[in-house]
Amino acid sequence: MAHITASVYTSHVPAIGAAIDLGKTGEPYWQPLFKGYEFSRQWMKEHTPDVIFLVYNDHATAFSLDMIPTFAIGCAAAFQPADEGWGPRPVPTVIGHPELAAHIAQSVIQDDFDLTIVNKMDVDHGLTVPLNLMCGSPAAWPCPVIPFAVNVVQYPVPSGRRCFNLGQAIGRAVESFDAPLKVQIWGTGGMSHQLQGPRAGLINKEWDNRFLDRLIADPEGLSRLPHIDYVREAGSEGIELVMWLIARGAMSDVARDAASGAAKPTVAHRFYHVPASNTAVGHLILENPA
Amino acid sequence: MSLDKPYLDVPGTTIFDADQSRKGYHLNQFCMSLMKAANRERFKANERACLDEWPMTEEQKQAVLARDLNRCIALGGNIYFLAKIGATDGKSFQQMAGSMTGMSEDEYRQMMISGGRSAEGNRRIGEDGDAQANRQPQGKAGAKAGD
Repeated sequence: MAHITASVYTSHVPAIGAAIDLGKTGEPYWQPLFKGYEFSRQWMKEHTPDVIFLVYNDHATAFSLDMIPTFAIGCAAAFQPADEGWGPRPVPTVIGHPELAAHIAQSVIQDDFDLTIVNKMDVDHGLTVPLNLMCGSPAAWPCPVIPFAVNVVQYPVPSGRRCFNLGQAIGRAVESFDAPLKVQIWGTGGMSHQLQGPRAGLINKEWDNRFLDRLIADPEGLSRLPHIDYVREAGSEGIELVMWLIARGAMSDVARDAASGAAKPTVAHRFYHVPASNTAVGHLILENPA
Repeated sequence: MSLDKPYLDVPGTTIFDADQSRKGYHLNQFCMSLMKAANRERFKANERACLDEWPMTEEQKQAVLARDLNRCIALGGNIYFLAKIGATDGKSFQQMAGSMTGMSEDEYRQMMISGGRSAEGNRRIGEDGDAQANRQPQGKAGAKAGD
């Protein structure tokens, strides 16, 4: 059976991608940020999974206003890095895992979560920047990736509660896949940031760190936070953080059938940094008990 | 029944909901066309002619020509779509976001390096934070206006 070994949480700021692509990671502005991911790149080498299930949002790239799927699972064999307006990022093609993706879609849809199945899609910085942060800039990504795009651009976006429950369903789906795969689930985006209007540049360190605390210790309670709290406290684009609840929901301590007192995940790494461009960067690695 | 919008009392913030999306559909779809290099070149060569190919309002076209992102957003634009215009101009997200505050590029950058804008006074309209309508534009531009 497949098994979720760990979950990874990270911001996916486009400027981080630009810094990597332009060779600026050693500059004083960027040094502290990349230092915060040194542990993660080493950890990734030592814990390379067979598949990454990568939750992110499309930023008006694959999905225009013509179609706005709330939850879209990438079932293709490969996904090309998108041209977001600056030209495509010089990063490897993302190889998918169509069998596991199809299995998860089948399982989760029959579990009452109506996913959109996507067989052709380019992937933007929301997906490729986390891969760079965790894997560096290799000639090929270390394993297949299943892109899972969440609408957080046009309201209404899914609630934290819905995301958490969906994560639980994804966890069950992975555990029922009939091959001994090690799977990581990543939740990306956030933390506090606002990219629009006179309130642009909002950062809320206290709120972000409280979010990290609760994501670790009380994800079920955290999932009840209404959208307006994210907007007011973490900026209009801070709403991306609901995606972290999908990854957290897939961890074994909060599985629907988990015995009460099921072992909590181990915090392998925690990092927080302000700023990357307009954004507060948060990062966590949580390991499931072996 | 109209949409429930609990977010209308957040200062300096426009939530991109179904009403905004409907208003800005053609503006945002025009922005999407700039994802293709050839369309970026065509736009740079003749902005007005490109805009006239879209059933946008004259006000929306003027806002694009002026690169007035606050105006674009008021008229239904969304920042992730509008970013394609910025990309065409060679602007970063930070330059785009900063342009909506009235601050100079350097002032905005310094604010971010110093930890960003505080949520204090900026949670609800009527508080006294720097994102409130009566404190625009921000930075030196606002200081001059207030003299």
